[in-house]
Amino acid sequence: MSRRFLRKVINLVALGLSGLATAIGLFFLGAILWTLLSRGFAGMSAALFTAMTPPPGGSGGLLNAIYGSLAMTVIGILLGGPVGMLAGTYLAEYGRNARLSVVIRFVNDVLLSAPSIIVGLFVYELLVVRMGHFSALAGAVALAIIAIPVTVRTTEDMLNLVPQGMRDASTAMGAYPWRTITSVIYPAARSGIVTGLLLAIARISGETAPLLFTALNNQFWSTNLNAPMANLPVVIFQFALSPYPNWQQLAWSGALLITLSILILSITARLVVARLGPGGQR
Amino acid sequence: MNLQRFQRVLLALLGALGATGAVQATDISGAGATFPYPIYSKWADAYRQQTGVGLNYQSIGSGGGIKQIKAKTVTFGASDMPLKPDDLKEAGLVQFPMIIGGVVPVVNLKGVQAGQMVLSGALVASIYLGEITKWNDARIQKLNPKLALPATNIAPIYRSDGSGTNFLFSHYLSQASPKFKETIGENTSVQWPIGIGAKGNEGVANMTAQTDGAIGYVEYAYAKQTKMAYCDLVNTAGKTVAPGGESFQAAAANADWAHAQGYYLILTDQPGAGSWPITGASFILVYGVPPDAAATGEALKFFDWAYRNGGKMAADLDYVPLPESLIKQVRATWKAEIKGVPAMASASDAKRM
Amino acid sequence: MNTAAAIDSRHAAGQRLRERMFSAATFVAAVLVLTLLGGVALTLLHGAWPALAHFKLRFLTSEVWNPVTDQFGALAAVYGTLVTSLIALAIAIPVSLGIAIFLTELAPAWLKRPVGIAIELLAAVPSIIFGIWGLFVLAPILQRHVQPWLIDTLGPLPIVGRLFQGPPFGIGILTAGIVLAIMVVPFVSAVARDVFETVPDVLKESGYGLGATTWEVIWQVVVPYARTGMIGGIMLGLGRALGETMAVTFVIGNAHRIGSSLLAPGTTISAAIANEFTEAVGDLYTSSLVALGALLFLITFAVIAAARLMLLRLERRALSSV
Repeated sequence: MSRRFLRKVINLVALGLSGLATAIGLFFLGAILWTLLSRGFAGMSAALFTAMTPPPGGSGGLLNAIYGSLAMTVIGILLGGPVGMLAGTYLAEYGRNARLSVVIRFVNDVLLSAPSIIVGLFVYELLVVRMGHFSALAGAVALAIIAIPVTVRTTEDMLNLVPQGMRDASTAMGAYPWRTITSVIYPAARSGIVTGLLLAIARISGETAPLLFTALNNQFWSTNLNAPMANLPVVIFQFALSPYPNWQQLAWSGALLITLSILILSITARLVVARLGPGGQR
Repeated sequence: MNLQRFQRVLLALLGALGATGAVQATDISGAGATFPYPIYSKWADAYRQQTGVGLNYQSIGSGGGIKQIKAKTVTFGASDMPLKPDDLKEAGLVQFPMIIGGVVPVVNLKGVQAGQMVLSGALVASIYLGEITKWNDARIQKLNPKLALPATNIAPIYRSDGSGTNFLFSHYLSQASPKFKETIGENTSVQWPIGIGAKGNEGVANMTAQTDGAIGYVEYAYAKQTKMAYCDLVNTAGKTVAPGGESFQAAAANADWAHAQGYYLILTDQPGAGSWPITGASFILVYGVPPDAAATGEALKFFDWAYRNGGKMAADLDYVPLPESLIKQVRATWKAEIKGVPAMASASDAKRM
Repeated sequence: MNTAAAIDSRHAAGQRLRERMFSAATFVAAVLVLTLLGGVALTLLHGAWPALAHFKLRFLTSEVWNPVTDQFGALAAVYGTLVTSLIALAIAIPVSLGIAIFLTELAPAWLKRPVGIAIELLAAVPSIIFGIWGLFVLAPILQRHVQPWLIDTLGPLPIVGRLFQGPPFGIGILTAGIVLAIMVVPFVSAVARDVFETVPDVLKESGYGLGATTWEVIWQVVVPYARTGMIGGIMLGLGRALGETMAVTFVIGNAHRIGSSLLAPGTTISAAIANEFTEAVGDLYTSSLVALGALLFLITFAVIAAARLMLLRLERRALSSV
């Protein structure tokens, strides 16, 4: 066999394998989504959104869990989003070349990839032990801590995309930096920042581990932020590991709900950037 | 979106969240054993329909129940392993039995239906020690001559969390096999040499149903509700007995509660031809001097209601409600040892309920 | 005084005040990020201290995990964490490389975007979904078909065989490794793709100009150039795998034991914490679990920090070679 032929064969085999690898990746994505859809869809009904989590064997829905997840996600992003945006603003504007910023960016990246169960333990020691009980507030704080690094990263990246010329023009008209940032740069980077927030929301709405020992769970309807509150991920965790068919069905439907909302959020984020442009250009 | 509109949206959101943090009816909070959870949740449902008061019970295992009540994060704790009188005194807790049930071995084996397989304590101990590894082992076949046992590997499932069910089961196996007692011992959590751990009675039931060739141990209601293949056991009288309300009742009949200090009584291996060998009571733990007397009072009202009206629901799930004499004894204990709670409705009020 | 100058200076004072407040706010927020990391580290250490002081070095070397006798050792959990992550990487690295190669070199333009987006969607799926899918779909398939085959064909082999002994449970270390691999692939392939795209076209063109096949250009030009970035990406994936909780908890089997077989159940640090924390009775038990968390934090911090440093170096190199 000539060497050239051998090289051609190796080339073909290697490229074929890479195609196979991609097919495998897509296959698993499809398999997981298919399982979610087929098993979760069976439980989809109006009752899912109007009834509470039932005792084993009874029929019910996920209303208290959906509400809990929504409430904690909203509070989490309200707490973490502004902090992340401000910190990102510092990194992109005030402290762009400061030595401190290098350290902060590095630490932020570490936090971004840190295991979320660590955050749960942190908030447990900080809040739950001090307050003496689990609470939805502690859960929201845990989610906020997870949202912060995501928001910092995206805000900084988006602000950096705004052309320097806009800053210079604003400064030339006599505006202080804060005015430049709030009146010129934020609006320009608006779509990018919104994307960042959407991505942060998508990230925290799927997190289970940090809620396990902060918000715990609650089988009833509760709107009390100072008490344990039901939430979708922990309910799915509990119900999926049980032997009751009605609970397992609710677990699959809940899982489908979470995945669909996250996918919709992620796709919306992409569309926002695609249509409006990250730096505000249309 | 300009600043003003953003502010308005923010305020609206916060307002909505704040408004919904409104007052709601006080629910009773408890945590602990998964053993009685099927009946507690049934009772809680009925009680809520009658009185509007809910029971927020976290089914996290006896170990968790003991921890939570000691940490005073719940009004009552629930445990199938009774605390010893000294521990009760030290923690300031009052203990009383609530319901009696049975732990049954369940298997997931092709062709084996509920109640078909017969096992003995010594056999189960050997399985969990890893000495018997395949289902068609001669020792299992001997007790099951008519059953066609496949050559499947045995997958033992055990409780990975702190569990009173685990205590009852390991206590039973320790009594049946000295080797088990020596190597593994008995407690709410032990070091199993082989097998898979699962959380709660629910987890064991689920894992057993999921894994071919698995054997697990669950409270009977779990096996019944999920239609699993439970096994018959050979009891101390040498008779093969099937699990169910009858055999649990037979085991509980001889229990001497009157002389049990702090109600510390373990009902495994009770004498009698029809007794189920792994019967046990599930206990409630409350404080003698409760930090929140009103909450404890509400909880005691629930338990009182359950004693009076919960018998049929319990029997439907093959639990054994407590005998009347024991209930009387428990009520006397409440009066004597739990301070500061509002007085219970009198017997004449009760008859009207 | 209401002269133009006075109004101007009052106006300027207000502006200066707002400037000070705003810049201070951004600074405080930025420093908060630093304090978060420090706070997490300190709090974990504080919570872990009772256990570490009590067990000292034994905590790291003991396999015993007995809540009743209050003997706790992290060895089984650390072993499980490391082994499942290694299995995940062993599977994920070639697959991610393949995906990155396919997307950057092979795929026609119309296929690139949808496939790329699909792989990224895999990253958006929350980990608990992987967990329940692993338990209810993957584990039965493994137990009934794959694992018996592994035991029969690889079990009898001399050295490798030790890894494939034991009854097929369906769940266990191998299953957890496979689920982790599926989770890690999107991350590593995304980094690999980005890194491949930084390779200057001129280098690739030179390769083709010399008559190299596509594969030869990839393997001998692109990959060596992108080596640092690839390693950074792999280590990010490792960091993700080490810390993953929900996907692993469902399929690891919850056994605080070290076995030589990959088919045996085990536990990982995060699975142990997730399963046992809310029911841990006793201060030593709780503290031991927090100590496990501190251990995990240390391990992941080291891995992620190293990865980020490598990626930083690559970014600087890419910028300077433009």
